[in-house]
Amino acid sequence: MIVAQQLTKRYGEKTAVDRLDFTVRPGTVTGFLGPNGAGKSTTMRMIVGLDAPSSGSVTVNGRRYAEHGAPLQEVGALLEAKSIHPGRSAFNHLNSLALTHGIPRRRVEEVIELTGLQSVARRRAGAFSLGMGQRLGIAAALLGDPATVMLDEPVNGLDPEGVLWIRNLLTGLAAEGRTVFVSSHLMSEMALTADHLIVVGRGRLLADTTVKDLIRQSGGDTVKVASSDPARLRELLAGPGVEITGRSGSEELEVTGLAARTIGLKAAEHSIALFELSTKGVSLEQAFMELTRDDVEYHGSTTVPTAELAGSAA
Amino acid sequence: MSTTTVAEAPARAERPAYKVTTTRVVRAEWAKFWSLRSSWITLGVALVFVLAFGLIRDWRYTVMMNAGHVHDPEVLGANAVGLSLFGLNFGQLAVGVLGVLVTAGEYSTGMIRSTLAAVPRRLPVLWSKALIFGVVAFLLGVVAAFTAFGIGTGILSGSKAALGFGDAGVLRALIMAGAYLALIGVCGVALGSLLRSVAGGIAVLLGTLLLVPGLMELFPTSWQNNVSQYLPDHAGDSMYALHQDVHTLSATAGLLVLAGWTAVALAGAAYRLKRSDA
Repeated sequence: MIVAQQLTKRYGEKTAVDRLDFTVRPGTVTGFLGPNGAGKSTTMRMIVGLDAPSSGSVTVNGRRYAEHGAPLQEVGALLEAKSIHPGRSAFNHLNSLALTHGIPRRRVEEVIELTGLQSVARRRAGAFSLGMGQRLGIAAALLGDPATVMLDEPVNGLDPEGVLWIRNLLTGLAAEGRTVFVSSHLMSEMALTADHLIVVGRGRLLADTTVKDLIRQSGGDTVKVASSDPARLRELLAGPGVEITGRSGSEELEVTGLAARTIGLKAAEHSIALFELSTKGVSLEQAFMELTRDDVEYHGSTTVPTAELAGSAA
Repeated sequence: MSTTTVAEAPARAERPAYKVTTTRVVRAEWAKFWSLRSSWITLGVALVFVLAFGLIRDWRYTVMMNAGHVHDPEVLGANAVGLSLFGLNFGQLAVGVLGVLVTAGEYSTGMIRSTLAAVPRRLPVLWSKALIFGVVAFLLGVVAAFTAFGIGTGILSGSKAALGFGDAGVLRALIMAGAYLALIGVCGVALGSLLRSVAGGIAVLLGTLLLVPGLMELFPTSWQNNVSQYLPDHAGDSMYALHQDVHTLSATAGLLVLAGWTAVALAGAAYRLKRSDA
């Protein structure tokens, strides 16, 4: 369980993390999502006490991270992949961390096996590939058998097999009742693993929601219908759980809560001619871009996809 | 906690009780130190420097004496301790650099994030590194000094400078040589941690040991006489010198002065480690 309250980090003029409030609960995978530079890594560094908050607080299982007697048993974190000394072997790296907590050698061997590093454990970690380095970072995160596992961009640089391995690992850890907090700037990746989403942009909280709700909020099941008699159609379609919007004088309506099929049948029944009937399909990726459009720190010069999105959503 | 925690994770009820203790941090830092090849290599280099340059100096002394240069300032008043420990001037550089690497190396590689995530109270890491490296450098210094002096007595036997282990002040000087390397090493550890940069740490350390004494010569003689003896390098020299001049500190005072410099550097390192983001 991670609880952030008004968590803020300022670097001079720039506010990297701006009054964040959120709770990461056990038993589910919580995705921490935002464009590059949104403050995800800074937030994670503050959780494990590498950076001190400018104001506000963040606690892990009820206490600040540094106040725990065995911090590695509370939170296992993968921050930047290369948090190692390249001259040390994977085994010696893990063993030196284990020694600080009195974690037995047996457990070191266990996490090496769990992450598939047996064959390279005695080699210098500096010679590892990106994927191997990532696995070593995850081995270190799991070393203390932590109640909370926090991974910053874990799938970066992994091959498809590695990505699949991470997905299964994350859902497995959550199923064991652990708190799993994973950051990513890729919505598509989160859609496959996360149940809950915390979305940030420019350090601010944009959404604290579930994957399903996010799609719904972004108008994922809206149907656009253009007809000869919009006023009458509006009356016919009205009902509990149905929301209809449309400008007066326009022949277009936007309907949420009804399937396109139902609307078509209703219109045919009452002999209303339809000119257009379409479901506005919003993928999670689009929902995310919609949400963070104003908060992307650096816009590329080719903004075509974003512009198209804006057009279809307007 | 949600119900899933209880229902689906019976195994987690019997989680082992781990705990970070200072002794464990010392053990971890000990393992970290010896698991890097650079530690072994640099210690080897330091040992070779102390022995090789000391013995070359001994040999040169006998050559000059045999050639009849008895009034040369280089041989006048020389003694076996001073000659055999000449290599400390070079050994200290290797030891100091390794000290810087012990701390600054963690910043340049990113290892510091793992280290501080495991020990978020931070200060035990600095104390452990200083303790371990201080002990290692002390033992290296004592072994090197005894070996250099032991072989040196063979080379110098029969000459005016010859001394034995039993002569007054010799044992103290040899042990002080170990203490000197220990303090220089800990200074390196502190500077590395304070500056968080290998290049910066080495530059400041070598600058203090090599350049500042040279700069002193630009100042009036009275300043030199009064101030120069308190510089880390000169205070250190007087620690293992057999005889003191008018303008050098006693061995004990030298030890205290260098220990004071080391304490200042460590305090600065501790302050930065505790107060600023990693």
